[in-house]
Amino acid sequence: MIQFPEDVLPKRSGTVARLTSPVRALVQRFGFLLLIAATIATLALGKADTLLVERARIMVVDSMAPVVALLSEPVQGVEQAMTGLRELAEVRQINESLRAENERLMAWHHKARQLEAENTRLRQLLNLPPDPGARYVSARVIGDNSGAFARSVLVAAGTEDGTAEGHVALSGEGLAGRVVEAGERAARVMLITDISSRIPVSVGLTGERAVMAGDNSAQPRVLYLPPGHQVAPGDRVVTSGHGGVFPPDIPVGVVAAVSEQSVRLRPYVDWTRLDYLRLVDYDLPGLIAPLTDGQAAADE
Amino acid sequence: MAPDLVQRLNTLAKALIPALLTAFLVVFVVVPLRAPEVAPLVPALGVVAVYYWSVFRPDLMPAWLIFLLGLFQDLLTAAPLGTGLLALVAIYFLVASQRRIFVNASFLLLWVVFALFAALALTLAWLAGSLLVGSWGDARLLLLQYALTVGVYPCLAWLFGRTQQLLL
Repeated sequence: MIQFPEDVLPKRSGTVARLTSPVRALVQRFGFLLLIAATIATLALGKADTLLVERARIMVVDSMAPVVALLSEPVQGVEQAMTGLRELAEVRQINESLRAENERLMAWHHKARQLEAENTRLRQLLNLPPDPGARYVSARVIGDNSGAFARSVLVAAGTEDGTAEGHVALSGEGLAGRVVEAGERAARVMLITDISSRIPVSVGLTGERAVMAGDNSAQPRVLYLPPGHQVAPGDRVVTSGHGGVFPPDIPVGVVAAVSEQSVRLRPYVDWTRLDYLRLVDYDLPGLIAPLTDGQAAADE
Repeated sequence: MAPDLVQRLNTLAKALIPALLTAFLVVFVVVPLRAPEVAPLVPALGVVAVYYWSVFRPDLMPAWLIFLLGLFQDLLTAAPLGTGLLALVAIYFLVASQRRIFVNASFLLLWVVFALFAALALTLAWLAGSLLVGSWGDARLLLLQYALTVGVYPCLAWLFGRTQQLLL
C-alpha cells in the first residue's frame, strides 16, 4: 500500500536527487532557517498588527466562503438524514409533546396579539414614537472555527447582504454572538462562549447587573455580581444594554450553577443545531463612539 | 512543441496534487460537522497531510509551501495567527531531521512516529497559542484533538497512498 519515494520518484526529481549532497544540504538548511524566521515573524505579526491580520482574514474567509458552503452542503444532508432516522423512532412522542406545546403557544400568541394592540393604542395616546425598526438578515452557518482558543462560526452573509461588523447574531432561542468580521459574501460571528466575549447582562427578576464572560467552555461565567446578590440557579439572564453593543432584554440563558467562586450560565442557544443565524442591525448610532473606545480598552 | 507543453502541464498538475489535497483538508477543517456528541472538534488534518507528503514526496512539499498552507489555515480558522503554522513547521522539521527512520519503514512504524511527532507539534502550537492569548487553552480539547488526529491517520494515509499510486 505504501511505497517508498525511490519507487515513485519521476525522472525529473531523480536528477535533482543526484545533485551533490553538500549543496543540497546547504540549500535545505537555508530553507529551514528562512521557514523558522517566517514562522516567528508571523506569530509576532499576529500579535502586533491586528488590523492587517483582520483584513487578511476577511479576504481569505470571503474568497473561501463559496467552497466552504459547497462542502458543508453534503455534510448537512447526512446530518439531517441521521437526525431524521433518530427522530423516526420517537415520532409519536414528539408529536404529542409538540401538540401540547402548540396549545400552550397559541394561548401565548393570543395574549401577545392582545398586548401588541394595547401597546399600540397606549403609544398613540402618549404620542410616543415607534421603536426603531431593526433590520435583519438570515444567514446559513457554513463554517465552524471552534478550537482550543476560539469559539466562532462563519455565516454566508456579508456586506453585500447588508451585514456589518457589530451586528447582533440571534438564533431562534436567544443571543448567539456578534459579527466581528464582515466580508462581501461571508462574515465571522464570535460566539458568546468565546474567551474574549464580554457582555453586560442583567440577572434574575431583580435585574442584578453583571458581565457574562466566555471562557471557551459551553457555560460562560457571570462576573462582577454585587456582593450579597440573590442569584440562584434557574434565574433568567438577559442583555442589559449597557455599553451599547447589544440592545437590552435579549434573552441569553439561565443561571446553571452558583458557587462561592463563580456563577455559570447555560445559554439558550442549542450549539448542536446552529444551522441558521439572524444577524440583526439594531442601529444604535449614538453609542458607536464610546463603544469603540470601550472595545479598545477591553482588548488590552 | 505541443506534446512537450502538454507533458509539462501534466507534470506541473501532478506536482500540485499534494499541495491541493492539503489545502482541501485545511478548508474541510472549518466545515461544521455538528456532531458534538461524537466530536466537538475536528482533527488537525493539515498536520497529517504535511507529515505524509514530507515523508513520501518531500520534493512536492517544499518549505515555502508549508508556510503558505500554514498561513492560509490560520487565517481561515480563528486560531491565533501563526500557531497552526508552527505545528506544520514542527512536523516538517521533525520529518526532515529524522529522515533515516523512514527508510523502509513499515506502516505501523510510520503511524507510531506520527503519533510522537504530532504530540510534539500540537503541544508546541498549544503553548504558543496560550502565550499569545494570555491564558491557558483548554488542555482537554488539545488531548481530544490529538487523539482524533492520530486516529484519523490510517484513513488519510490510505487515501494519500492511493492518490500517490494512481496519479504521481
